[in-house]
Amino acid sequence: MTVSFLILAVLTVAGTAAAMGLRNAVHCVLALTMGFAGVAALYLQLGAQFVGLAQIMVYVGAVAILAVFAIMMTHSPESANSPVFSSQWSWGCIVAAAVFAVLARAICSSAASAHVQPPQPDATVQQIGDALMHRYVLPLEIMGLLLTAALIGAVVIAMDRREEMK
Amino acid sequence: MTQAIDQIFVLTKHWLVGLVPVGAQPLCSAILSVAAIIIVFATLFAITTWLERKGLGRMQNRYGPNRVGPFGLLQPIADGVKSLTKEDIVPITADHAVHFLAPVLLVAASLMGYAVLPIGRNMVLVNLNAGVLYFFAVGSLMELAVFMAGWSSRSKYSLLGAMRAIAQMISYEVPLVLASIVVIMQAGSLSTVSIVNMQATYSGIWPHWFVFTPWGFAGFVLFMVAATAESNRSPFDLPEGESEIIAGYYTEYSGFKFALFFLGEYIGMFATSGMAITLFLGGWSAPFSFSFLTWIPSYFWFFAKLLALIMVFIWIRGTLPRLRMDQLMNLAWEFILPMTLLNLLTAGIWHFMPAGSLRWLVCGSMVVVPCILLSSRMKHKKKLQVRIYHYSE
Repeated sequence: MTVSFLILAVLTVAGTAAAMGLRNAVHCVLALTMGFAGVAALYLQLGAQFVGLAQIMVYVGAVAILAVFAIMMTHSPESANSPVFSSQWSWGCIVAAAVFAVLARAICSSAASAHVQPPQPDATVQQIGDALMHRYVLPLEIMGLLLTAALIGAVVIAMDRREEMK
Repeated sequence: MTQAIDQIFVLTKHWLVGLVPVGAQPLCSAILSVAAIIIVFATLFAITTWLERKGLGRMQNRYGPNRVGPFGLLQPIADGVKSLTKEDIVPITADHAVHFLAPVLLVAASLMGYAVLPIGRNMVLVNLNAGVLYFFAVGSLMELAVFMAGWSSRSKYSLLGAMRAIAQMISYEVPLVLASIVVIMQAGSLSTVSIVNMQATYSGIWPHWFVFTPWGFAGFVLFMVAATAESNRSPFDLPEGESEIIAGYYTEYSGFKFALFFLGEYIGMFATSGMAITLFLGGWSAPFSFSFLTWIPSYFWFFAKLLALIMVFIWIRGTLPRLRMDQLMNLAWEFILPMTLLNLLTAGIWHFMPAGSLRWLVCGSMVVVPCILLSSRMKHKKKLQVRIYHYSE
């Protein structure tokens, strides 16, 4: 538990908590972005450079922007009048506690939590690239094809309206 | 002697760090480097504002600033004092916290990129394994800052400017990254230091800069076009087009916050230019291996190249008119993106062909022919018709 870990943990938890509690939707997204950035910094602190930087690029650079765009196009800028907390918050608490209990039990009973310090895996960017290009090249290609199809689909949905308008 | 001058800043830092107790040395070293980066590039910003106004003035047949100091050289100081003493006006409906944080985040994000730029031999703040990736990751933070500025001002001009800016930055981030991938393919590394070290060798007097290959040259030009759009500079300055939406996302900022936006934009432009120098123009290495050129310290070469690129930016700003939104997007998706994708292929072929004139011929034509075809297609496609807006009222 170093000082930097504590700072990052507080940032992450505060960001995600604020994302749930704030009234204004855009504030929520900005707070959530702080949480994402905190998680990315935690990855970087653990030495996982690629994962940390990809987290910043994807979540802070793309997902957050997508979310604010979606909010801007669908919401009015004034904050909603409905209360933030649902009337059935007690049920939510029970479900959350049950999920947490199951997860905690699974983690505590698994072999991974036996507190043996594993040798630090030296996952450099080069190794990740080699693995992606050799062993996992087929899943990578399939993902690429899938994403391209999704991209083309999005463009088609957005574009082809001229006949309907006439 | 040559080496001492080349390493003078590194040696000075080591000496200064040696003065403090061992426990505080890492912190002290980091603070010294960061302070040096901030001071040097903020000064460069001040010089560039003067240079830009003077250069633009000359191109438009006027004098430019010439009242404060000799040749108006002290104009940046006068501007700084002016923006510090101006009243800081925040619109009453604005979202105060976000409105305040936006310029801070913008400047912080644009300064973070310098951490991986090798300014001279051994002069890099951190030699990250994934340096180039880090650079583009922190660059994407700027979009968020722009959005925060535009949204929190509660002004239609600001919001319009922010929407334009984000759309433009997202569209041009793709070619920016794709254009730099060719270098990563060739260098086999994402570390900026090893990319520069690869280019800092010579055959005869000629350096091995990546710009002196067909794919490198094409990549460099595409990278610079995307960088111009990424830093919202003319001719891609629609997000802040002063004749249409006043100043875009920072319409509602005044005083020093406005100056911070200005600073962030220029610092970001220097950082992307520095990345272009690192990737394509050999970083801190001298252009020829003559002994009188290699005697000149490495950081001098970096800043000489940086100033040259800044001059090109100013020249372009004084020459080209602003693009329209559809022209901007067409350029990105119909010309620059296919060119960068083809360039990836060219770089691959270049890597696997034996060295010689045949390689130059094949790869050169793979760059030139698609360029001509795509540009002539774009030229013939200019049909004028009523534009239909689907999603705006």
